[in-house]
Amino acid sequence: MRPEVALPVLLPLLSGAISLMFWRSRPMQRFVAVAGNVALFVVSLWLFIAVLADGYITMQMGSWPAPFGITLVADMLSAVMILLTGIIGLAMGIYSLATTGRGHEKFGYYPLMHLLLAGVAGAFLTGDIFNLYVWFEVMLVASFALLILGGERAQMEGAIKYVTLNLLASVIFLTAIGLLYGTVGSLNMADIALRMDEAEHSGMVEVLAVMFMVAFGIKAAAFPLFFWLPASYHTPPVAVSALFAGLLTKVGVYSLFRVFTLIFDQTMGYLQDIMLWGAVFTMVTGVLGAAAQYEFRRILSFHIVSQIGYMILGLALYTPLAIAGGVFAIMHNIIVKTNLFLISGITHRLQGTYQLKKMGGLYRERPWLAVAFFISAFSLAGIPPLSGFFAKFVLVRAGLEAEAYVATGIALAVGLMTLYSMVKIWNEVFWKALPEENQVPQAYTPAGDDGRLLKPSLWMMYLPVVVLAMMSLLIGVFAEPIMLVMNQIGDQLMTPSGYIEAVLGASASAESALLDPIEIQAERVDNGLEETP
Amino acid sequence: MEPLMALAIGLLYATAIFMMLRRSIVKLVIGLLLLSNGANLLIFTTAGMTRGAPPLIPEGMMQPLGDVADPLPQAVVLTAIVIAFGVLAFAVVLIRRAYEIVKADDLDKMKDTDT
Repeated sequence: MRPEVALPVLLPLLSGAISLMFWRSRPMQRFVAVAGNVALFVVSLWLFIAVLADGYITMQMGSWPAPFGITLVADMLSAVMILLTGIIGLAMGIYSLATTGRGHEKFGYYPLMHLLLAGVAGAFLTGDIFNLYVWFEVMLVASFALLILGGERAQMEGAIKYVTLNLLASVIFLTAIGLLYGTVGSLNMADIALRMDEAEHSGMVEVLAVMFMVAFGIKAAAFPLFFWLPASYHTPPVAVSALFAGLLTKVGVYSLFRVFTLIFDQTMGYLQDIMLWGAVFTMVTGVLGAAAQYEFRRILSFHIVSQIGYMILGLALYTPLAIAGGVFAIMHNIIVKTNLFLISGITHRLQGTYQLKKMGGLYRERPWLAVAFFISAFSLAGIPPLSGFFAKFVLVRAGLEAEAYVATGIALAVGLMTLYSMVKIWNEVFWKALPEENQVPQAYTPAGDDGRLLKPSLWMMYLPVVVLAMMSLLIGVFAEPIMLVMNQIGDQLMTPSGYIEAVLGASASAESALLDPIEIQAERVDNGLEETP
Repeated sequence: MEPLMALAIGLLYATAIFMMLRRSIVKLVIGLLLLSNGANLLIFTTAGMTRGAPPLIPEGMMQPLGDVADPLPQAVVLTAIVIAFGVLAFAVVLIRRAYEIVKADDLDKMKDTDT
């Protein structure tokens, strides 16, 4: 019984339920938002430390033995993702207090936030492919509601694209699950992996692999499936944007990593090229899209797409080092991208717009905010000694070792283009003087997102920004120990037998590697794992 | 039975994709509805259809007699139906609100957030 595996899922659900009970009490909801997310952060840290010590932690739901019940599994990758969820959740909990308009709070902003975090955590921890679908849907429904909270025209238009394409991805995912179950007869991912090695390699396996790739590709916003993202991410309130930017697409990337290292590891030879070029085009189109934009959050949205390319590049190269680099990129990106969105929220609060042309002069006015932006933006572009540099460094090295010179070269060039966009924001927002026609009056009282006046409680917005910027800096400084963790992830993902053993028990995977499923079944009966008649 | 089901599933998917490619948001939602129904039917079919053999264990025994239907896909389909229902309820509310705000049900008139 290891409660730390289940708690990251249960705690946000509990906070969401408590939050719902205090539907009419705004102070209580705000208190629960912070307290619940602090608890989530503590639990995620606990899980991380426990996994660091043990390697794998599993929990069988309802004590049903492994391939029959639902298993929660935390390996190193899951633990790191959960830790990041905890960090971002806490940052959002605090930031939302200052930026969420009363109208949004009244219509259940906080319960939805908790539900979203529960969905994300569940997707990271589950070891059952259908359960993964369910958590995806939990996450999606919460994100749908958060996206349209406020009901402005742009939100509606963005939401229709977001909802349609994500539901389409869900149906493709569900179809693939159905066909997979028809092919191998199991839903437990470790069990599927085991049986997949035994299954005769008909064309069906490749078809399934492509279906999973497309479904998760849409959710991860990879080329050419990313169009819903830049059409919707800049429309909701800024805290929601930041939460989405930090976590949602990364769940798709995580699922790609999980499924293609565990279940379809044999199919990778066939899909590697597709994925590699998909990753390259994702990087290029994202960064080019950003270059054409002059709206703060829209630039950042396109950069999400571009950064997804780096993560998928890590998977496509398919060496332990590349996987380590890909996960490093995920970690760095979650922190930095969220932070950039948070900063865009502060600049919006200060100057009342997201249009770069109308902003300016913030370097003189708020030098420390400029420093925080500088750290995050240049980390995103991969300037040493910040976190992005090491992610890119590892990926480039893995790319050169795998002799994928073209992809590596493009990855480096995209880094340069990222720098261009970031310098553009720096110049427009922080460096140049505020345009004459947009002088912000001295007694400017910023409006909340719903038009009501909010207290200018800027410190609640600054706190997460400063902490996240520090984290980006610290990841760069302590890259060595972090790289050790990443290498461990790379090794764990490339040798799925460890995962399978952790879920099904040592006896199942050690001996059954050469047996067919029916004999495995018999084996389990002999071992007393199943009730015998 | 299987070929018939396969035909029905194919028809559902095809109709759904066709509906989703139309410009009206109402047809878009109908497309989504048909698509999720098609997926449910597909799970049901691929997992193997067994006629007249419910997976019930007779009293006093530890396992059912003879071949029975696989209960897992039924549970999966049931879950998927519930999820699809919830999501579609949301989608219907969304298109209504979108229609009220944009004052059009034409997707071509909802391009403000693109590019």
